[in-house]
Amino acid sequence: MATTANKATTKQTTVAMTGNAGCALAMKQINPDVVGAYPITPQTTIVEEFANYVANGVVDTEYINVESEHSAMSACIGASAAGARVMTTTSSQGLALMWEELSIASAMRLPIVMHNVNRSLSGPINIHCDHSDSMGARDMGWVQMFGETAQEAYDNTIIAMRVAEHEKVMLPVMIMHDGFITSHAIDRFDVLDDEVVKKFVGEYVPKRALLDTDNPMTFGPFAMPPYYYEQRKAMRVALENAKDVVLKVSKEYGKLSGRTYGLFEEYRLDDAHIAVIVLGSTAGTAKYVVDKLRDKGMKVGLLKPRLFRPFPSAEMADALSHLKAVAVMDRSDSIGAPGGPVYMEVKAALYNTTKRPHVQGYVYGLGGRDTGPDQIETVFGDLQKVARGEEAPREAVTLLGVKE
Amino acid sequence: MATIKELSHKEERLTGGHRLCAGCGASIAVRQVLLGTDNPVVAGSATGCLEVSTTPYPFTAWGTPFIHNAFENSAATMSGVEGAYNALKRRGKIPADKEIKFVAFGGDGGTYDIGLQSLSGAMERGHNMLYVCYDNGAYMNTGIQRSGATPFGAATTTSPAGKVGQGKPQARKDLTQIMAAHNIPYVAQASISHWKDLVNKAEKAFAVDGPAFINVMSPCPRGWRTPNEMTVEIAKLAVQTGFWPLYEVEDGEWKLNFKPAKGLRPVEEFLKPQGRFKHFFKPGNEHLIEEFQSQVDKNWERLKKRCGVE
Ligand SMILES: Cc1ncc(C[n+]2csc(CCOP(=O)(O)OP(=O)(O)O)c2C)c(N)n1
Repeated sequence: MATTANKATTKQTTVAMTGNAGCALAMKQINPDVVGAYPITPQTTIVEEFANYVANGVVDTEYINVESEHSAMSACIGASAAGARVMTTTSSQGLALMWEELSIASAMRLPIVMHNVNRSLSGPINIHCDHSDSMGARDMGWVQMFGETAQEAYDNTIIAMRVAEHEKVMLPVMIMHDGFITSHAIDRFDVLDDEVVKKFVGEYVPKRALLDTDNPMTFGPFAMPPYYYEQRKAMRVALENAKDVVLKVSKEYGKLSGRTYGLFEEYRLDDAHIAVIVLGSTAGTAKYVVDKLRDKGMKVGLLKPRLFRPFPSAEMADALSHLKAVAVMDRSDSIGAPGGPVYMEVKAALYNTTKRPHVQGYVYGLGGRDTGPDQIETVFGDLQKVARGEEAPREAVTLLGVKE
Repeated sequence: MATIKELSHKEERLTGGHRLCAGCGASIAVRQVLLGTDNPVVAGSATGCLEVSTTPYPFTAWGTPFIHNAFENSAATMSGVEGAYNALKRRGKIPADKEIKFVAFGGDGGTYDIGLQSLSGAMERGHNMLYVCYDNGAYMNTGIQRSGATPFGAATTTSPAGKVGQGKPQARKDLTQIMAAHNIPYVAQASISHWKDLVNKAEKAFAVDGPAFINVMSPCPRGWRTPNEMTVEIAKLAVQTGFWPLYEVEDGEWKLNFKPAKGLRPVEEFLKPQGRFKHFFKPGNEHLIEEFQSQVDKNWERLKKRCGVE
């Protein structure tokens, strides 16, 4: 399950780039047929960078500068149904504006790959990171993958293309990285050669295409109660298939790159008594805290989900079964629900198992509120007290770092 | 332009057996437009009567590739299809000598109102595609609600005529002129009643290099409260009374295509047969007819000036 480092079998170049530049680079290397996109902070530098690749003839992608994100996804749906390999990218309000189109893309079984650079949702309007945007789209039938670093954002982009177009999946994939923290900070990471990526993603040969005018087909028909339900069931099956496909493609990618990703990453979890579950860049801070507390002799660990949809419930329940207490840290709130989206998934994953830890929910970092090691230490402190029986397990969600 | 006999031998790309109402103007509009090219065509439609009635899964009435995405994005969707065509052609995946045409349809709701932004964007970007609005003057699919295309005074389910209200208080939006302001190669207004004019316009629209737009008068017997067999006649009256002038804007040149030798007929002839204007003819409501007439006259004079017609 865990992310592992193995020996790469192909040459790589170490670069210093922002996460967004890494994503644009991966897009360049994939050289999709069509990109339809609209700028929004913090995604903007991806579309700008890609526009430069187009302007300089580095790619021969048809780049459609649409007039809104709704039209971005609409054009991507048209292009993908036409038979093209399609990519796009957005954030926050852009994703919200696409909402209607998200479930049409997945229902039409179109393998579109999209970056969603995580940003909070208005209001109040705010440009900084939290995960409310992509969490709001969690039931849209898309594969959702989160990355912690620029390296992961780059790697996930290439892997996503193969996952989306896999015949057992044929669903759109949304790849996330944290706005500003990962998108705009310059990071050091390794990239594959263009030719290697080109070979890895291969050629996209659609089974059905609007542009196959000799075999006219109708896309997006009107389905009444006798037919609709089965279409949705087919989406569920395909999304569940994505789990194995993600593992398979990630393994193949790992052989090339030396970076093999699982469904989630386990960090010092094997012999831990307590652990934190956290997505995205905060996992990096949490690893630092884990190391620090380990030095003090505390048995702490971390689980960082990578695949959020489909949610790897059984695998996660298995990985957590030996723990005494777990804290799930959500960078988005599901207002009115018992806790954040990851918390609810984790709890649901554990409920029917016999050996399971106590689960405590935390919300943190909304609208880009800084989340430093001290907050995470507080969380581990809470868990330790619960594990020792010094404190009653908490049921209500705790909002970290919020002013009274 | 082909003769009617030749046209009748052409392949029908929208087959019979669809579930549009008897007397529906939309299917007539679509069939006439599709007669405007012999090339392979990819068609699309916004959500609305046309889409719902032609694609009841697992059936389809479309003999040509067809896509429906949602209500407000027929143009954006087709712009993506056209973009894919350009990319795949450039990459040699579509033979160089194969020329596919693209046409997006939308009702007046999907075009004048909710889809105006996506239409404007697609036209501004210069996609090589035709957009056709079948204007039946209301949201018919959802039960006759008013739209930006609903004429002044028409009763709809959201602008009913009652004790105080007299149908839609506002005049209609002039979408064709809005599209002309995009300075695209071809814009036209046409009617299903004037088939020769419409097919001719479709031919021109498919032939230009770049975006084209046609607004087609497509009466709806249900919404207009007219007998099914009156569809073509009432569309003709829309033209003859000047409510729906036929004209085209080719590369910025405005041309009036229908000038009645004996002048326009009074709008009353267009209004009278329609149940949606019934309240116009109640004693004391004569001013509604006058107001309608004066709006039509004003627009007609303005259009004539633009077209350089005395
Ligand atoms: C975003 C959205 N809003 C509302 C609707 C409901 N709706 C479906 S069709 C329609 C009206 C269509 O009217 P029009 O475009 O004039 O076409 P017609 O039905 O007259 O053919 C409406 C309001 C929808 N499907 N999507």
